[in-house]
Amino acid sequence: MTTTRDFVNNPPSGQVGQRAPGLPTSVKQEFHDAPDLIDPIFEVDAVSVFYGDYEAVRGVDMKIGQKQITALIGPSGCGKSTLLRCFNRMNDLIPGTRVGGKISFRGEDLYGPDVDPIEVRRRIGMVFQKPNPFPKSIYDNIAYGPRVNGVRKGLDDLVEETLRQAALWDEVKDKLKQNALSLSGGQQQRLCIARTIAIRPEVILMDEPCSALDPIATAKIEDLMQHLARSYTIVIVTHNMQQAARVSDRTAFLTAEVDPAGVRYGKLIEYDQTSKLFTTPADERTEAYITGRFG
Amino acid sequence: MTATLPRRRTGSPLRGRSRPLEPVFRGLLLASLVIAVIFLVVLLSYVLIEGWGRLDSRLWENFPSKLYPERAGAQSAIVGTLYVIGLTAVFCVPVGVMTAIYLEEYADGERWYNRMIELNVQNLAGVPSIVYGILGLGIIARGLGVGRTLLAAALTLSLLVLPVVIISAREAIRAVPGSIRQASLALGATLWQTIARQVLPAAVPGIATGTILALSRAIGEAAPLLLLGAVTHITFNPESLTDAYTVLPIQIFNWIKQPEAEFHVLASAAIVILLFILLAMNSVAIWLRNRYQRRW
Repeated sequence: MTTTRDFVNNPPSGQVGQRAPGLPTSVKQEFHDAPDLIDPIFEVDAVSVFYGDYEAVRGVDMKIGQKQITALIGPSGCGKSTLLRCFNRMNDLIPGTRVGGKISFRGEDLYGPDVDPIEVRRRIGMVFQKPNPFPKSIYDNIAYGPRVNGVRKGLDDLVEETLRQAALWDEVKDKLKQNALSLSGGQQQRLCIARTIAIRPEVILMDEPCSALDPIATAKIEDLMQHLARSYTIVIVTHNMQQAARVSDRTAFLTAEVDPAGVRYGKLIEYDQTSKLFTTPADERTEAYITGRFG
Repeated sequence: MTATLPRRRTGSPLRGRSRPLEPVFRGLLLASLVIAVIFLVVLLSYVLIEGWGRLDSRLWENFPSKLYPERAGAQSAIVGTLYVIGLTAVFCVPVGVMTAIYLEEYADGERWYNRMIELNVQNLAGVPSIVYGILGLGIIARGLGVGRTLLAAALTLSLLVLPVVIISAREAIRAVPGSIRQASLALGATLWQTIARQVLPAAVPGIATGTILALSRAIGEAAPLLLLGAVTHITFNPESLTDAYTVLPIQIFNWIKQPEAEFHVLASAAIVILLFILLAMNSVAIWLRNRYQRRW
């Protein structure tokens, strides 16, 4: 098995080209079968998310496998980002947000009374839609996470190792002191991913990480995700069905429904192995979405 | 949805209609700018021409004299002004910035008491300065027994500019994109780490600019200090917080009151000094803003 470092030093030839986007809308994809969910890292049990009195997401049940890539897809407003933000308690930052039901992380209730959301976020990192590097040097961006977690020594090695893992070292090794904002959008986003893995989280949550990027930068990030998935659990929200099909082991399809009172809410429709969900969806709403009939 | 626009003939010329109001508005806007600039230029040149003859070292080397205008200077007022402003900055910046951090990052804006604080801060920024002078006299000078001293003046001016400092610091903090906060918090930083290491450094240019502009307001204030002892004839520099003092606006006022024309020249020269200090402060603000400005 090749390690991440091997990949960085000897990237498989033609990888980027093969993965270049622009797949036909009917998804033709070589699927690999995802391993079964024997030892899930997250167990989501009847989870609802409230913003004040408004129940934005209702009754989600799913299990997320370790060291797999799980994609959340669905039309705008279906609550996929909202759901994602429950996994590292980023929703806590929005006043009035409440999570009902139970999310377990390695068997422990994420929303239990003794759980420290800071500690949760140290173990469950997040990459955002728009690249958001700190207005500091590349080095300081990577070193920030370890520093706030109390690491003082060995930062140089840690930064290099992290950037190598994120396949960014060769591009930035000569300009570590340069402002991160001088990088291109795709490099910035890979820097943000690197920044996240600098604290060695167990899970990386990605909220539409490629939506602001061009196809080539997107392909690089997808490659990176597949290599990171050897060591990390990844949950990705994406608008892009082809992306979900290309990178993920399992896919969850959410959609917005309207309840009898006329209130829109997000709901999990189908969750299965990506190969199965995209080839033989069980629900007709899933089929309608993946074939492009709505959404 | 369709057919709301009149249909044009395909062959119609591209010549536009005449729009007479466009140049009129442009002219009006330019005229208001010109009026403001002309007033400023006239004032500045008048003061410069009037005070030019006395704009020499006597002004900052000598102390005021009521009898000999040719020997009179404003050293005590210049030093007094610098002390008062320096102390005001020391008092109001930490309190103002911390208040702004609390209101922006910690306070729940839905709570009635936080809303009341916000509303009051905004209203306080509009309270006339003489009211602060009365407050300073009643509470700080007399109530707390500080007396009509340098300390009382600095504390009173701090109260005067505090609302402006708070408001500008809040705006600077609010201008830091939420994505930066989220990025920091998602890396397991605490709220305080996020504020201290990301938000505040990014907000420094805005805070510095707002603060210096607020202090520029305080430096020209005479009204509250009239009540706080600055009005007396002071021929020595303040050496401690509890010393008597005077400041440039008051000294200028005192000279203009005098019947002799020489004192009026002296007043103009002192105005130039005051303007110079103001200009220096504003330059620092601009330098800070350019030096630390960040773009997202």
